[in-house]
Amino acid sequence: MDVLGDLFLDYTLRTVALGSAALGIVSGALGAFAVLRRQALLGDAMSHAALPGVALAFLITGSRAPLVLMIGAAMTGWLAAIAIVSIVRASRIKTDTAMALMLSVFFGAGLVALTFIQRQPAAGKAGLDRFLFGQAAAMLESDVITMAAVGSVGLLGVLLLWKEFKLLSFDPDFAATLGMPIRRLDVLLTSLLVVAIVVGLKTVGVVLMSAMVVAPGAAARQWTDRLGVMVTLSALFGAAAGVLGALLSTTAETATGPTIVLVATGLVVISLLFAPARGLVWARIRAWRSHRSLALEAVLSDLAALAAQHGSDATRPHDVGALHAVRGRLVVERALAELAADGLAQRHDGGGWSLTAQGLAEAARLARTRRAPGNVV
Amino acid sequence: MSTRLRSRQALAVQATDVTLAFQQRPVLWDVDLEVPQGVLMAIVGPNGAGKTTLLRTVLGLLRPAAGEVRVFGRPYVEQRHLVAYVPQRGSVDWDFPTTALDIVTMGTYGGLGWVRRPGESERARANAALVQVGMQAYANRQISQLSGGQQQRVFLARALVQDAQVYLMDEPFQGVDATTERAIVDLLRALRAEGKTVVAVHHDLQTVAEYFDQVTLLNVRRIAAGPVDRVFTEENLRLTYGGRVAAIGGLANGAGQGMAP
Repeated sequence: MDVLGDLFLDYTLRTVALGSAALGIVSGALGAFAVLRRQALLGDAMSHAALPGVALAFLITGSRAPLVLMIGAAMTGWLAAIAIVSIVRASRIKTDTAMALMLSVFFGAGLVALTFIQRQPAAGKAGLDRFLFGQAAAMLESDVITMAAVGSVGLLGVLLLWKEFKLLSFDPDFAATLGMPIRRLDVLLTSLLVVAIVVGLKTVGVVLMSAMVVAPGAAARQWTDRLGVMVTLSALFGAAAGVLGALLSTTAETATGPTIVLVATGLVVISLLFAPARGLVWARIRAWRSHRSLALEAVLSDLAALAAQHGSDATRPHDVGALHAVRGRLVVERALAELAADGLAQRHDGGGWSLTAQGLAEAARLARTRRAPGNVV
Repeated sequence: MSTRLRSRQALAVQATDVTLAFQQRPVLWDVDLEVPQGVLMAIVGPNGAGKTTLLRTVLGLLRPAAGEVRVFGRPYVEQRHLVAYVPQRGSVDWDFPTTALDIVTMGTYGGLGWVRRPGESERARANAALVQVGMQAYANRQISQLSGGQQQRVFLARALVQDAQVYLMDEPFQGVDATTERAIVDLLRALRAEGKTVVAVHHDLQTVAEYFDQVTLLNVRRIAAGPVDRVFTEENLRLTYGGRVAAIGGLANGAGQGMAP
């Protein structure tokens, strides 16, 4: 593939890949906690709320330096989170309403500020509108360095306060009784989520950034029952989605944010379907198998019951028409074929069926080990 | 004066004049809770009587409008490490990605301090606690795969690991199987034998006298408190439960004497 070869030669592609990997790792790792703490929508509100911060930072400083814009974005994103929590605490407005309200207010303010900037004659205004849907191709080395540096702060926080954040996410009341300052920890973890969001903002865009927070965590949860593995996997999924999506969008010249999000969602769909323990496909197969083996046992015990009714000659042939009527012709025929293949049942010349000696023994064993699944005869 | 002082010092938990309201509706009104050391005390009362609220207030999870909580004579905040908490099983998400052993290990976090992770000795203590509640075989089980009773025992093991003096339990018998109920009762008695103190919110009036030494009858106000044989009377239950006393008649002391065990 050309893209793979270019990755090592082409400066732009390499920059894009490195930056997207960094943002994916950070948003994946912190997003995993957001998923567990049911903060998916809060992430969405905060990323939208980051837009006015970007615009304000530019208006005030006149600079487009990545760190300046990130700080601005973080401030309004964080402010929105505080506003949501305060509204819920001080009034009877519920969390979802407060989030929807703050999301639209902050996002609206951001759009107003952006149009205002567009009408300014000042130089260097170009590019701020890309914060809406993100653009990977414009990524510079300075962007990547800033993203990596800011992102490391987020990751370091999670590594240092691992057990505190774990307990906060699982059982905050218990954490409080141990003397942990859960309100401050809550604010800190939410702030780190803001950090993760602003790291990806320029590449993915405010509109879809929340998907990069939620999708890797949701996908990772399917594969494991350990928090450490989940957070690591989530970071890897985030990096994969970021790199793949950014490279695709750069080479195919599609919008970066949506492309990354589509890749991330693809990972979620694959995980939902095929993850070993939780995958829907395996669950269906397991259900189908247990259904079949139950049908098999049912027919086996039916035949055993018929044999018992007819006294001495246990292997005398029986007409299975009655079984057809009750259990369904197809089910019975398939079960009989399988029983015959296993040497448990035999077909007699007249078309009647009986169990073999081995089949009778198996039926007796089943009757001992579990309650028979309702004989029809 | 000196005897009064000594008796105050002997109290494992003493909450005084606790009053708490949600949106102008009083939930606890001027409630005292006095738990001597080394007893098993049940907090009993109808739904909405404030039983859980009282427990959470003692633990500092809710801030009362008035009142104070002392543990062995000193403010709860200073004595936190002496108090272990077993929350209601339904208060957490059991689909959280972790194992029974990991949950129990959380009981050691309080003694670890910031940043430090639990190590071999913490895990060994957690394993020992799982053995104590008969759950050692499930140490590495994902917690959602445990039955309700097993989940309750994991929570108890987490409290045991805290090696506290006072154990506050919110409905430990709620919806558990007979095996778990037996295990919890044995555990409560073992704790009492070690001189530990247990306060449990309890719903089942039938078992109060069998499982507990002391009882606090609560319905927003404290109706009565003291040794079960003296306080758990039909009259007090009537005062606590109001009109529904017919449903509980015959359980309490005095009324149940004619009944064969």
